[in-house]
Amino acid sequence: MDKFTKVTGVATPLMRQNVDTDLIIRIERLVDNVTRDGLGPYCFEQIRFKPDGSEDPDCIFNQEPYRGAPIILSRENFGCGSSREGAVWALKGMGIKTVIAPYFGDIFNNNCFQNGILPVPLPIEEIEQLADEMKASPGNARVTVDLENCTVVSPTGRTISFQIDARRQHAMLNGLDDIAQTMSRKGEIEAWQTGDKTARPWVWL
Amino acid sequence: MGKTLFDKIWDSHVITDLGSGFVLLHIDRLLLHDMSGGKALKEAIEKGYPPAQPRLTYGTPDHTMSTKPGRTEKTHPPGEPLILSMRETTKAYGIKLFDLGQDGQGIVHVMGPEQGLTLPGTTLVCGDSHTSTHGGMGALAFGIGSSELVHVIATQTMVQRKPKRLRASFEGALMPGVTAKDMILHLIGELGTAAGTGFSVEYAGSAVRALSVEARLTLCNLTIEMGARTGMVAPDDTTYEYLAGRDYAPKGAMWDRAVAHWRTLPTDPDAEFDREHSVDMKNVAPQITWGTSPEHVIAVDRAIPDPRTGPEEKRGAWEAALKYQGLEPGKPIEGTKVDWVFIGSCTNSRITDLRAAASIVRGRHKADHVTAWVVPGSVRIKAEAEAEGLDRVFLDAGFEWREPGCSMCLASNGERVPPGMRSVSTSNRNFVGRQGPGARTHLASPAMAAAAAIKGAIADVRKIG
Repeated sequence: MDKFTKVTGVATPLMRQNVDTDLIIRIERLVDNVTRDGLGPYCFEQIRFKPDGSEDPDCIFNQEPYRGAPIILSRENFGCGSSREGAVWALKGMGIKTVIAPYFGDIFNNNCFQNGILPVPLPIEEIEQLADEMKASPGNARVTVDLENCTVVSPTGRTISFQIDARRQHAMLNGLDDIAQTMSRKGEIEAWQTGDKTARPWVWL
Repeated sequence: MGKTLFDKIWDSHVITDLGSGFVLLHIDRLLLHDMSGGKALKEAIEKGYPPAQPRLTYGTPDHTMSTKPGRTEKTHPPGEPLILSMRETTKAYGIKLFDLGQDGQGIVHVMGPEQGLTLPGTTLVCGDSHTSTHGGMGALAFGIGSSELVHVIATQTMVQRKPKRLRASFEGALMPGVTAKDMILHLIGELGTAAGTGFSVEYAGSAVRALSVEARLTLCNLTIEMGARTGMVAPDDTTYEYLAGRDYAPKGAMWDRAVAHWRTLPTDPDAEFDREHSVDMKNVAPQITWGTSPEHVIAVDRAIPDPRTGPEEKRGAWEAALKYQGLEPGKPIEGTKVDWVFIGSCTNSRITDLRAAASIVRGRHKADHVTAWVVPGSVRIKAEAEAEGLDRVFLDAGFEWREPGCSMCLASNGERVPPGMRSVSTSNRNFVGRQGPGARTHLASPAMAAAAAIKGAIADVRKIG
């Protein structure tokens, strides 16, 4: 797993509800022979580009200073829908390090932690204020997300705390490998399985 | 205090408590499909972790191949490497693959229950969000991402945090023209697409008990569209009748032992839920979505909503949805011209769905301007439908009768609704571009979709009968 500690940068006020993972990455990009690292150009392609393939200047991702910004500000339920982890790889490929939204799709949320992208839950009022502060000072405004202290610092210097599971915080700060950690419990897993083969033999094919 | 169905299954699968709310959960069934199956197996093997329990792992291709009659993996070339990779990796590790052209192949969420691999009381995962479908059999099933998939391949476990519990009770008899698809769309319309985030859902009540297993699978399928990863129906005699004799279901004395165990699973009368919601079936009519989120749904006899009179926080989303869909607020949705009809997907491609659609189509013909597809959920369903003559009903009415797969639900195999075209689809998502860039999707039941094909417009199935 990739580490995440702290990021400071421009935050893009996307401010949409229900940003689904189909919108983040179209499924055929995951069928075509595009590598995980090569998905960035296709991230949000349905809103970044017009049908003729040219950039849509009305899309905030194509506007300065938001082009290439590492933070997204969004409304409720970011990452809902399909389980495709390609959505997280595409965000990463576009240079996104963290997404701030009131809450996230459950599977997307889990996928983020597997890839060093931090989903930060904040109340919608706080996110709206962050968006206002970004727009008030385009070019200069920066947002900081600090995982160690679980804080977001707004462009005007307000510090806002957020909540995260201690286990996930620790894993992400240290870039821990989930599988290796589970493998260290192989004995416990095998003991459970031995017991279950007696209790529910019909499950074991 | 008593326990819920969900808690009974969850608690009995905890291998160890990892602290701060996380547990290590045993996974009884891992299902693979072509989008991620071969890649995940390869990744696990490259990391030095061969599949931990190949005999608890089953695969079938469904996402990336064509559904054209006579198709092979070569018919849609972009999918071929994924299918070959899955074939190669499953073979190398002795994982059973229901391959293209073989008995048993189908949409992975159709295949599991059909084979008797999905059993009550088991934990089941798959790299697909509609894994919630299997909850219709009383299994605890949920979709996972690619990294989690590699973790399950390597360890047969998952690191998970227990969700909260929501019970949705449907009481009363189904009104004419109403199906499980209408029940769940109605519920999502009432609660919104995020009501289930952080929750597991149990569907209960007299209307759910009266549903067939196929209908329960449809109900649970759309659980993810309300934000919850897992939705379940308690197993009962309907479940056992469906399961008995299926290929991988227990047999003989083992069957009796299993059923005795399964009978202990339903939620205890005094168990508590974090949230309860009740739906009176008198209020559930045939549904159709109008927008670009499954929560954008209305009864088919209603008018297209007006963002100016809707909730303020949704105004922007509603306006954008209507613009994308090319719809005018305030007008009746019935009569809106339709170009495409898709009957299929893990939501609605089972034999009961095809029968329901055929009952509307029989003796009629599709409207000339409509392209209508029927994509059965599995090789077995296709054969069963053909034995009943359903293929002739559809073909005589001008529909295409195709090979099993996900097809136009998500267009991952190149089968798309063209830009700007309007489709009535029995699938599960009406997201922007879901059925192809610029495609406009309206979700509905198989009978409603069939009615739309006949009328050439969104139609009220109750008026066709």
